[in-house]
Amino acid sequence: MSRRDGGDMAETGTATGVDPRQLPLRALHAEHGAKFVPFAGWEMPVQFAAGVMAEHLWCREKAGLFDVSHMGQLRLPLSADAALETLVPVDVLDLAQGRQRYAFFTNETGGVLDDLMIARRADDLFLVVNAACREADIAHLRAHIDGVEEIADRALLALQGPMAEAALAALMPGVAGMRFMDVAVIEWQGVALWISRSGYTGEDGFEISVPAEMAEAFARALLADDRVAPIGLGARDSLRLEAGLPLYGQEMTPNISPVEAGQGWAIQKVRRTGGARAGGFPGAKVILDQLAHGAPRRRTGLLPEGRAPMRAGTPVFDSADGGAQVGTVTSGGFGPSLGGPIALALIEAAVPTDARLWGEVRGKRLPATQAQLPFVTPGYKR
Amino acid sequence: MKFTEDHEWLRPDGDVIVVGITEHAATQLGDVVFVELPEIETQVAKGDEIVVIESVKAASDIVAPLDGEIVAVNEALTDTPGLVNEDPLGEAWFFKIKVDDMSALDAFMTEDEYKDHVGA
Repeated sequence: MSRRDGGDMAETGTATGVDPRQLPLRALHAEHGAKFVPFAGWEMPVQFAAGVMAEHLWCREKAGLFDVSHMGQLRLPLSADAALETLVPVDVLDLAQGRQRYAFFTNETGGVLDDLMIARRADDLFLVVNAACREADIAHLRAHIDGVEEIADRALLALQGPMAEAALAALMPGVAGMRFMDVAVIEWQGVALWISRSGYTGEDGFEISVPAEMAEAFARALLADDRVAPIGLGARDSLRLEAGLPLYGQEMTPNISPVEAGQGWAIQKVRRTGGARAGGFPGAKVILDQLAHGAPRRRTGLLPEGRAPMRAGTPVFDSADGGAQVGTVTSGGFGPSLGGPIALALIEAAVPTDARLWGEVRGKRLPATQAQLPFVTPGYKR
Repeated sequence: MKFTEDHEWLRPDGDVIVVGITEHAATQLGDVVFVELPEIETQVAKGDEIVVIESVKAASDIVAPLDGEIVAVNEALTDTPGLVNEDPLGEAWFFKIKVDDMSALDAFMTEDEYKDHVGA
C-alpha cells in the first residue's frame, strides 16, 4: 500500500527543512489520540481517535473543538483603518465597533494573496490570517501601515456546531447574546478571552483567542462538557467543503480573483464602481470590471455521480469524451453529511450552470452534476 | 498468511493468493470511502498499482505483490468500502491473484516479522 496523494491540505504551504512549530495544546491533543501532520510549518492534529468521519458528523450534530493556533493573530491601531482599506476591497471604515468582517488581500492582477477576518474593537483592529500566509501578510501590512503587531502569545480555538453556544455559555454566559460576526472580550477565570461568533465549518460557533499559558485549562474546561469533542484538520476541511467555503490556496490564489472564487458578495457597495470609496485597492480595475461585466471563470459545486472522489487538480470537461478542458477541481473529497463525493471546481463562465460535466479521474471521465453551494445549509445565528 | 512491506497480507487459497491490507494499514488510512478494483483477467507485474483506496482525505494504492493474473475481485468493497476499516483481515479482501509459483510466497514476512516491521 502506498500513498498516492496527500489530499487537499497536506501540500498547502507546508514548510520543508524546518522543524515544525508545536501547538500550545500538543500534549492535550496527544491525550486524545491525535495523529499529527506537518502543515504550514506547524505540527497539527489531522484527526483524533474517532477519525475524520465521526469527527465531522459530531461537529454537525454537537460541538467540535478545533485548535487553530497556527493561524496568524495580528493587531493594528484603530487609526490604520483607512490604510487597511487600500489593501482590501472591503469596507473597513464603516465597520462598527464590536463587529467583524471577512476580507481578502488582493494583488495588482486582481488575484487573492490571502483571506482574513478584520474585527474593530474598542482599542484596535484585530486580524486573523491564514497560517501559510502569515509572514507574507505581515510584511505586506508593514509596507503600508505603522504599528502592525503580531500576537505570538495567544492560542486560537474554534468551537463549532449547533451545541457550541450552549457549551461555551456554560463557561461564560455572555456569549449567548452575540450574533454572527460579533466580537467581544469576555473574562474567564479573571483573564480576557477574545471571542468572535464565527468559524469556517458552516455551523454556528465561536473563535476564541486565549493566552497560550491558559489554553490547555480552557480547552479542558470545554472538553469536560459531554457535548464537546476535539476535531482535527481533516474534518475541518470536509466541513468547510460541505459548507461551500473557499480555502486560500485552493479556491483562491494569486491567479484567481475573488469574483471568480464566488466571493464577490464580500465586496460592499461603497467600494464598488459608483460607491463613495470605490476602488483604491490592488487589482481594483480587474475586480470592479468583473463585478460589473462578469468574470471569465466561476466557481461551482460538483456532485460526482459515482462514489469516486474527484480530488483537487482533477481536470473537468463538458463531454464524456473529446472536447476541451473547461475547468479544474480546486478541492474535492467526501462529504460525510451527504454520504458521497463532493467537489468545488473553477470552470469557464460560458459553461451553462445546468450542464453535466465530467471529471477525469485516473484517465477515466466520470460524470458530475453542478450543484448550488453550499452543499449543506449553514447554521449561523444572524 | 504472509505480509509485505507495503502492509498487504497474502493468504494462499488453493492455487491462488488472496490479498488484503493489514489492520495497521487500515487504521493509518482512516475512513475508507471508495475502492477501485482491477478488472478480472488482468495480467499484472509485481509493483503495478492495481487498487486505489480513497479515504476521506487521501488516495492510496495497493500494488501487485507478484507477477500474475487477477482471477477474482471483492465486489462487496465497491458498495461497502467501509468494510476495509471494519474487517481488514477478513471480509475486506481486495483481489485474488494466480501466480506461476506459489513458493514465491516464502520470500515475504511472517506475522512476527511484520509486527517488528511496524513496531507493534
